[in-house]
Amino acid sequence: MQFLQLVISGIAQGCIYGLIALGFVLIYKATETVSFAQGELMMLGAFCGLGVMSFMGQPFWVAVVASIGAMAAFGVLMERAVIRPILGQPAFSIVMLTIGIGYVLRGLITMIPNIGTETHTLPVPYKDQVLRLGGLILSAEQLVVIAVTVVLCAALFALFKYSKLGVAMQAASQNQLAAYYMGIPVQRINGLVWGLAAAVAAVAGLLLAPITFVHANMGFIGLKAFPAAVVGGFGSLPGAIVGGLVIGIVESLSGFYLPDGFKDIAAYIVVLIMLMVKPNGLFGGQLRKKV
Amino acid sequence: MRFIFKTNYTQDIDLAKHTGHVFWYGLLIAALLAAPWLVPEYWLAQLTFVLIYAIVGLGLMLLAGFTGLFSLGHAAFLGVGAYTQAVLTGYGVPFPVALAFAAALSAVVGVVVGLPALRVKGIYLGMATLSFGFIVEEIFARWESVTGGNAGKNLKAPDFYWFKADTGDSFYFVCLIITVICTLAVLNILRSPTGRAFVAIRDSEISAQSMGINLARYKTMSFALSAALAGIGGALYAHKLRFISPDQFNILQSIDLLLMIVIGGLGSVHGAFLGAMFLILMPQIISLLKGYLPDAIGQAPGLQAVVYGAVLVAFVLFEPYGLYGRWLKVRAYIQLFPFYRKGMFKRQKTFQKSDRLK
Repeated sequence: MQFLQLVISGIAQGCIYGLIALGFVLIYKATETVSFAQGELMMLGAFCGLGVMSFMGQPFWVAVVASIGAMAAFGVLMERAVIRPILGQPAFSIVMLTIGIGYVLRGLITMIPNIGTETHTLPVPYKDQVLRLGGLILSAEQLVVIAVTVVLCAALFALFKYSKLGVAMQAASQNQLAAYYMGIPVQRINGLVWGLAAAVAAVAGLLLAPITFVHANMGFIGLKAFPAAVVGGFGSLPGAIVGGLVIGIVESLSGFYLPDGFKDIAAYIVVLIMLMVKPNGLFGGQLRKKV
Repeated sequence: MRFIFKTNYTQDIDLAKHTGHVFWYGLLIAALLAAPWLVPEYWLAQLTFVLIYAIVGLGLMLLAGFTGLFSLGHAAFLGVGAYTQAVLTGYGVPFPVALAFAAALSAVVGVVVGLPALRVKGIYLGMATLSFGFIVEEIFARWESVTGGNAGKNLKAPDFYWFKADTGDSFYFVCLIITVICTLAVLNILRSPTGRAFVAIRDSEISAQSMGINLARYKTMSFALSAALAGIGGALYAHKLRFISPDQFNILQSIDLLLMIVIGGLGSVHGAFLGAMFLILMPQIISLLKGYLPDAIGQAPGLQAVVYGAVLVAFVLFEPYGLYGRWLKVRAYIQLFPFYRKGMFKRQKTFQKSDRLK
């Protein structure tokens, strides 16, 4: 029973990692670059929700819609302002750029007087509700995280599989020039992908907020989502969620069964093993370069 | 405008290309030698830090700037060097011997980390080094019998057989000599076949391989050399601070190191030094300017992060070759004075193609 309890809390935590990893994968699929600002976008999304709820006094659902919308707009804007000018540069310049953006966002949030340096709780309506199922204790926060993740994954899967936009995104990711020739507005597609990734990050932030707290350094959890994306294979959407679940469960179990300290690095040990055994991840495609 | 008349092939690999180089670098060395008598003690300490970070930067530049392998966990090598030095000097081992061991152990660790680099590329390598950095930081914190855990570890002044470098001035000279030796070593590596192999791997792995370069060997070598330099830097860093703890070698330190070489200018030895100067001087400049800003901005805790991030974004956007690239442009402007044209350093735009086969 204890084991099952640990697994469930691992799954809930893993869903968060998976959601942040989804953002990485979306951006990677579309632009073949990695955004290190994903964790900070998540933090910003949580702060948006907090701002709308606590300081404007709006209900939870308004806050959810508002912060997702605001973050999507922010993502599109960010792409337009700083990512697009360096499109076509080596992939590493975008990594450094997003690290810089992450620094700026974290710094700006801490600069807000009285709010930025404190930790806050997000007063969600399902706070502290508990569901008892036999001997299991399931908190509503965890169940909501799992449910939302499932829905979001299905929606994204459908988008990439069936909609014209999703197919265009895949095309742009595989060969930009060829996509241009086929009449796909690659630049606009890129903007949309960054917006989508920022919106997913906002969802992750809003889901994580009731479980931990809202504070400026919550973006560092993004560093744990990297292993999730790698374990799943960087280019695969279901892989991101599966990777997140693997990392979450391993972390939860190692926190209980292994000595102190292993909980924090379990994710990284898993990813190192993964890179040695199967460098392309569980669902990753073959990486090969044509000359 | 200077034209170099070449009469001999060895001129192509000379360290000093013309008399101007000899003059200016000679002047720089003279200024650095005279620094303890010219600058106040506080700034001499900052200069020492610049030299230490420059050594680490040289290592990371060799790896990232010349071999094209990006490490997101370089602070771990710094930490391995620092802790090796702390433990060995704690047992009374003299400074040069301990330093050699610190460099050697870092290099061995570098080889171990370099092994996945043979299989994975790009962001996956970044991930492997990032994970490695986290694991090493945790080991520093947990292996209390050796590292002192989170309580940290104290060090003594560097102890040679015949004298102790326990003043700021003498330690500055120790750092200066080691920096000069490391710089000359890196410059020599870069003009040797090894260095050319590194650059070839950076520019295209496939063409390097088809020219007969053993990828596994040179990538591992690059990791080992880079880690050894980081280890030397770490050992000096530990002696300078006289106290080390695991949180000095965390992910933020790794990112700072990366930021240093990107801002300095990837792919140039000068860049490591310019970046180190930036990294050390920036907090000083920020704290000097704080007084002139309104309190709401000047006293905010996030100011430094915002400035660092904004500078990094600005460099990636407007000057991808960093401070050294900017200097090259300024120099070209001066040399060609009325004839400098805007498009001279224009970059070619490329379209991105996936490496994935589908």
